[in-house]
Amino acid sequence: MAKDVAVIGVGQTSFVRGYEGSIRELAFEAFREATQDAGITQKDIAASIFCSAPEYDKQRSPAGVLAEYLGLIPQPTFYIETVCSSSSSGLKVAYSMIKAGLHDVVAVVGFQKMSEITSAESQERMGRGADIQWEAPFGTMMPAYYALYAQAYMAKNGLTHDDLRDVRIKSGTYGQTNERAVYRKGVKASDFDPSNPDARMAGAVAWPLRVGDACANADGASCVILANAEKAKAFSKKPVWVLGIGAASEAVNMAARPDFAKGLSVGYGAAAEAYKMAGITAKDVKVAEVHDCFTIAEIMAYEGLGFAPMGDGKQLIREKATYKEGRIPVNVDGGLLSKGHPIGATGGSQIRTIVLQLRDEAGPMQVPGSPEIGLVHNVGGVGLYGNVTIFGR
Amino acid sequence: MGFEKFGRKSFTAMTKVSKFVDLLEEGKVEGSVCKQCGAKYFPPRADCAACMSKDMDWFEMPKSGKLETFTTAYYAPFGFEKDCPYIMGVADLGGIKLFARLAGDIKPEDAKVGMDIMIRPLKYDDGQMSFEIAKA
Repeated sequence: MAKDVAVIGVGQTSFVRGYEGSIRELAFEAFREATQDAGITQKDIAASIFCSAPEYDKQRSPAGVLAEYLGLIPQPTFYIETVCSSSSSGLKVAYSMIKAGLHDVVAVVGFQKMSEITSAESQERMGRGADIQWEAPFGTMMPAYYALYAQAYMAKNGLTHDDLRDVRIKSGTYGQTNERAVYRKGVKASDFDPSNPDARMAGAVAWPLRVGDACANADGASCVILANAEKAKAFSKKPVWVLGIGAASEAVNMAARPDFAKGLSVGYGAAAEAYKMAGITAKDVKVAEVHDCFTIAEIMAYEGLGFAPMGDGKQLIREKATYKEGRIPVNVDGGLLSKGHPIGATGGSQIRTIVLQLRDEAGPMQVPGSPEIGLVHNVGGVGLYGNVTIFGR
Repeated sequence: MGFEKFGRKSFTAMTKVSKFVDLLEEGKVEGSVCKQCGAKYFPPRADCAACMSKDMDWFEMPKSGKLETFTTAYYAPFGFEKDCPYIMGVADLGGIKLFARLAGDIKPEDAKVGMDIMIRPLKYDDGQMSFEIAKA
């Protein structure tokens, strides 16, 4: 486990609906928190990387605009996009730059103001991250794609609607304790009961997925500051090291997907690469953030990451193994399902959670036992891109 | 030009495989096959990713297979709202797969993973051309 590149600062805005400011002000909030966390100023940062999904940005070429507002000129700045995993990809690029010796300290800023456009427009544009030539003409949208996986998975592996509901209940348990989450109410089984007139989550969206199976759009920004070993030791009392990075991609078209009942292939591919680089196995991971844009995605992630054998992810939620006190705590900050999913900011938010966990600074969300190794699993599109990053103290 | 006629509503006007739409009008659902290395593709491609050849031909897709997975959409993007609810799915035609809507006469409760299906071209009232997954 090489300790060459470390996270020395993390920041995140509250994830909200209808942020009352511009994207520059949004990004500034997360960046300011991360620099204060690292105890550095702009002059210590050699380069910056901005990450978002451009379909929501009215500003073109946002990296330069935001770098100026954050006081990061004249240092070089770059823009990275892999839809929902943009800021995890940004971290990989920052890591590479530092390892190559090009820059010693790099800030990765993820942002998305999804409320720049209406919720309906947002749904439509998110769908453009899928195949617009061969699939959008049928009337596809994101929930429908994940529902294709859910249907095949449930048919083969005995996963039930109650299991999916229980993933959302777990998310709600922790979402209540996360002051930065957009959805902070607890979730009850009756919220999914169609015979209950007040059920908020029971309505079908793309069957077998219901309202409660989906995360919410939100505005937000995140910031992760990385440094080489020398700078990390100089600046930080509690550096959190990047131990392993894995990434994979998959065919955009559903007609070219290998096996829907197996889940997203990028989850398996990215995890294998990250574990190999870190020199660890799934058993060594003590806390994880996984990409739960839909409840089914969390179950599939359990298996891709090796927390459960293939087809058996349901056991983890049935046995509460992924609760804070369980064998492998997952998404104990509420995950995307409770925090909301500001596309470009999401990966950075997941990384922040794991960094705080490894520093024993996660407050009410802290996993007991001072975890030493944590993992972030961040997927772009419907498994079009996959990123797995492993961190350690 | 020509590809704007594909699907319920097309988002792509120009592609080198727009002949796909003409073939649909002739009643054929075809994929592309590389003349150099024999790699088969659906959806069809103008270029072979296996051997980098641009020398492609058309081949008729198998007409029957099994439904690998599906979903019923109760909400739809702009321009598709009037169709709700509608079912979309992936058919496995014996090694090559195809994504499409399921025929309107299949009720959500009747669709099953693994059911026998057939593929057929479809012409909408407004002249748009597509193909669909029907009961075998």
